[in-house]
Amino acid sequence: MPILNLVEAIRTTLEQEMARDPKIILLGEDVGKNGGVFRVTEGLWQKFGQERVIDTPLAEVGIMGVSIGLAVAGLRPVPEVQFDGFSLPMLDQLYNHAARIKRRSQGKYSCPLVLRVPHGGGIKAYEHHSESLETFFCYIPGLKVLAPSRPYNAKGLLVSALRETSPVIFLEPKKVYRAIKEEVPEEPYALPLCKADLVQEGKDVTIIAWGALQRVVLSAAEDLVDKYSIEIIDLLSLAPLDKETILRSVKKTGRCVIVQEAPKTCGFGSELAAVIQEEAILNLKAPVLRVAGPNTAMPLARLENYYIPDKEKIIVAVEKVMAF
Amino acid sequence: MLQFLSSEGKIVNKKGLPKIAAKELKRIYELMVLSRVFDDIALKLQREGRMLTFASLLGQEASQVASSVVFENDDWFVPTYRDHGVLLARGFPLKGLYLYYAGDERGMEIPKEIQALPPTIPIGSHIPHAVGIAWAQKLQKRKSVCAVYFGEGSTSKGDFHEGINFAGVFKVPCIFICQNNQWAISVPTSRQTASESFVKKAEACGIEGVLVDGNDALAVYKATKDACDKARKGGGPTFIECYTYRLESHTTADDWKRYRSQKEVDSWKRKDPLLRLAKYMKKEKLLSKKEEKEIFDSAQQKVKEEVAEFEATPLPKAEDMFKYIP
Repeated sequence: MPILNLVEAIRTTLEQEMARDPKIILLGEDVGKNGGVFRVTEGLWQKFGQERVIDTPLAEVGIMGVSIGLAVAGLRPVPEVQFDGFSLPMLDQLYNHAARIKRRSQGKYSCPLVLRVPHGGGIKAYEHHSESLETFFCYIPGLKVLAPSRPYNAKGLLVSALRETSPVIFLEPKKVYRAIKEEVPEEPYALPLCKADLVQEGKDVTIIAWGALQRVVLSAAEDLVDKYSIEIIDLLSLAPLDKETILRSVKKTGRCVIVQEAPKTCGFGSELAAVIQEEAILNLKAPVLRVAGPNTAMPLARLENYYIPDKEKIIVAVEKVMAF
Repeated sequence: MLQFLSSEGKIVNKKGLPKIAAKELKRIYELMVLSRVFDDIALKLQREGRMLTFASLLGQEASQVASSVVFENDDWFVPTYRDHGVLLARGFPLKGLYLYYAGDERGMEIPKEIQALPPTIPIGSHIPHAVGIAWAQKLQKRKSVCAVYFGEGSTSKGDFHEGINFAGVFKVPCIFICQNNQWAISVPTSRQTASESFVKKAEACGIEGVLVDGNDALAVYKATKDACDKARKGGGPTFIECYTYRLESHTTADDWKRYRSQKEVDSWKRKDPLLRLAKYMKKEKLLSKKEEKEIFDSAQQKVKEEVAEFEATPLPKAEDMFKYIP
């Protein structure tokens, strides 16, 4: 079985799916000859040609807007935005149009597209290159928002996304791109779009995370292995949300720590905490805690490690809910 | 500025005068009348509380109808909330438009045989969609083209610039029909651009631009037909500025007397596109007094029937808001 990093897993999946479905086209800034700024699409321009792997003008609204038109008219575009911080101009197109066109046309048109977004910080990039903006996408009814954490689940989720009829936001954790390798089956496989991964079973406390922080959670849990029995959930899909897995777990453990990179206020963790208190309050033994980025702008590289939740902050939160 | 007809319906320029069959010209006239009657009744229904906020197309009938009739059934249309004339000319049911502007989503249902997006409201945000649709025709080796309608205010938006720039770079079969109706709600053209015209913006994108008298159906027809033929042959996009005027307020929620003079509005009433075409057709013996009346009566009758159907439509069900979840 091939052993791939995240970049390779996404690239080979795109390659296989493009060979399967001639309607899939990639477009964005530098995705063609250059293979994308993270080299995710490397070699695909050479293989599929410039009509299927398209270098576009430097225009995020244009990329998103024309992708909607392409999708409505029968293609399956996969636009790439270079960094999450640059996706904000696309929100109008996503909110008012991509997520809405099926209803606006009373079912006549759908908008099958996958927006690939390199997500989060931790790679010592420039200003505006390290944001975690999942909340913005999750707030848009009608979008599916996927957050793979590893090469294996990235492949399975991308296959599903590329066979969906609705618009999908695919958040690729930058920090994980080349950080780990694992076995990824050669043959395409589809992971369900509303199914969290129960990474580790435990009895005392549930930790929920997604994307790059999943690995940080694992390492915190490892440190606490002799002390507590920890259950870990990797959300994988933020919208739609697998409430069943979350609630089953929290009802069992009675304690929950949510870990996110984005600022705490109105972050996706707030939604999770709300869902848990609405539907499992009588099972809770402690308040649900959020370990999150502080409510300030994402700092530049020299301070990003203070900002992004680390193992220690997660351990403190676990101790706190255990001691409550 | 491309112009064939004077305000009095006289031919002022023979060079390039389009050859429009008598039957086709009559159809254009009929559709312009239908648009006007539809619009007039919509305004009345709104005032009587039988419909909600409505944006009138009064004065823009030639820009909308004479351009949209040149396309084929497989071609695509991407209109705004003021382009009722475009949708009517393509066969969109009047009842649907009345429903939509009465707050009923079912009015956005596009008939099977029409390739059009529902009217877009956020200004200019639909322009990139049209470019994507046109591009999809090219990439899928289809012969269809896409026409997108917008007002001059849209050209101040980034969406417009990004869309038209893509169209130029990828040479897509998209026809940009900019109705310069002089006013974006209360803001005049001088506050939208320092360019001498809106069509000039095409030049920066390497796209052919044509400025036409938007109240002259023959000029609009000619410019759009040429652009459509060119696009179909692989010649890429064209930007057409239809120089026209919005005779009514922006919508029924607006009052034009707050920002423009009666004198200005009256001066444009004398350039009425519908009267101009009628005068020309009468001179050319293409329209008799009797036919003129018949066309008007038949439009009235059609609108009456569609309004009756619209008003007989039962209210939507609450659960309809969960229909069509992507």
